[in-house]
Amino acid sequence: MSILEVENIGIAFGGLRALDRVGFEVAEGEIFAVIGPNGAGKTTLFNIVSGLYRPGEGRVRLLGQDVTGIEPHLLAEKGLSRTFQNLQLFGRMTALENVMVGRHLRESRGILRHLFLRRAVEHEERESRARARDLLAFVGLDRLADQPANALPYGAAKRLEIARALASEPRILLLDEPAAGCNPAETGEIEALIREIARRGVTVVLVEHDMRLVMRLSHRIHVLNHGRTLAEGAPAEIRLNPAVIEAYLGHHGAKEAARAVA
Amino acid sequence: MPALLRRYGVLLLLLVLVASLPLALPSNYHVRIATLVWISALVVMGLNLLMGYAGQVSLGHAGFFGIGAYAVAILPAHLGVPPLLAFLLGVAAAGLLAFVVGRPILRLKGYYLAVATLGFGILVAMVLQNEMVWTGGPDGMTVPRLELMGVRLRSPMTWYWISGGTLLLGMLLAIHLIESPTGRALRAIHDSEIAARVAGIDAPQAKLAAFVISAVYAAVGGGLLAWVNGLVTPDMAGFLHSIELVAMAVLGGLGSLLGSVLGAAVLVLLPQLLTLFHEYEQLVLGLVMMLAMIFLRAGIVPSIAARLGWRAA
Repeated sequence: MSILEVENIGIAFGGLRALDRVGFEVAEGEIFAVIGPNGAGKTTLFNIVSGLYRPGEGRVRLLGQDVTGIEPHLLAEKGLSRTFQNLQLFGRMTALENVMVGRHLRESRGILRHLFLRRAVEHEERESRARARDLLAFVGLDRLADQPANALPYGAAKRLEIARALASEPRILLLDEPAAGCNPAETGEIEALIREIARRGVTVVLVEHDMRLVMRLSHRIHVLNHGRTLAEGAPAEIRLNPAVIEAYLGHHGAKEAARAVA
Repeated sequence: MPALLRRYGVLLLLLVLVASLPLALPSNYHVRIATLVWISALVVMGLNLLMGYAGQVSLGHAGFFGIGAYAVAILPAHLGVPPLLAFLLGVAAAGLLAFVVGRPILRLKGYYLAVATLGFGILVAMVLQNEMVWTGGPDGMTVPRLELMGVRLRSPMTWYWISGGTLLLGMLLAIHLIESPTGRALRAIHDSEIAARVAGIDAPQAKLAAFVISAVYAAVGGGLLAWVNGLVTPDMAGFLHSIELVAMAVLGGLGSLLGSVLGAAVLVLLPQLLTLFHEYEQLVLGLVMMLAMIFLRAGIVPSIAARLGWRAA
């Protein structure tokens, strides 16, 4: 069954058509990649799927339910989570607190309870902290738990975003360029992390520029160019698709992609 | 234990201060000034929850203060409501009004929110000034003394303890709120609203909650001051008072509860001390504020804490 269906999405900013009739389906448990040159509309697509933008045309369905244009926090409740290409950490909060915010939906939300029933809240806080620590350990940040997020090195910040996104216990996770700006060692860690997340049953949709990573990791790839769908298929097909090579991979990219499989 | 101390340390400090300060206060005049500090600190603490934690500015909080103050004046005088009930009704009315007004206003951000809240405050002050029959107009009106169990509360020391006790209670609740999922949600919104929403936080609702809570703190402070002074005037709800509250919050340090107390203390005490300078009083006050912000730009408490290498209290 498809967990996410994107149907005929279109959006324009001013006179610019950022996306035009884009559609795809993501199956549960899949690692699905969206690639394309800069400005192809990948992040815009993510912003629509995660509820930050309302599309001009088209529908988004999550687990068969129409969720087009609904608020991000309601999408989170339905099991969708995401990370951001330009990190959106809570800079003045510690790494641990960042992950605890990710658990917001799993925590009690009565404000009067928070004001007046300290003993009960205390108990929940302990549990929340423990779960957040587990997640930090999962992404390899347990030793940086008490650091403010804005003091973390770039690679750690990237992984913290993932830990926070996982804290809401999503069924589908959108990763916006998880390896951007990472060195090869960090990229390797991110790759292992994504595999492990998928292995635990979370569907992963990622936007990524690192072709080798995408080719190794994804089950299927959707290629955008100038806001339109150029191709979709398994890595092996995409790599050999002439239109994709022409528009995006170029000779250098094609070589890199080939080397990834070799 | 260290965790408890870290959380309640500030409260303990304030408790010791409130409890021991009367020993050092030579006259009723000084007791009254200290009472004013506690009341202002309470209001600023509420405003700090909104500004320092949720990151939303309000230039109209004196409006809520005025509503709390006038409730204990108007309701007993015109409608025969018992004073304590009048106080609670005033606080509830301020909270309700914040809830109704906050919904549309808090969609705005930054300067736009500042101007909208400014307008709200001016509106309240205008109503209090112009509804002569109910409010006594520009001259204000006297407040019936509060009687508790047959005892008239009039001695300055009584009000010192009531105000100090309310401040401590306000701080306890503020600490609980900050160190809860709600408090984390507010701080998250402050740092990245988009990420907060994606994490499942209903940002408009969280901001509204902070707005209502801060309005309640302001109204409680207003009610207390009305009783302490025995008089209410429209300037309690006025624009200058709103600005003063924001100045106290910023000067003391946004995001620091101790900062709220200190900011209130400085801006209540300084004008008293500066009377030495006679006509230059305002000038020196302005200069002190400017220098404080230039050299302690995160506010008094956070800046000093950072310099000493503490985690901000």
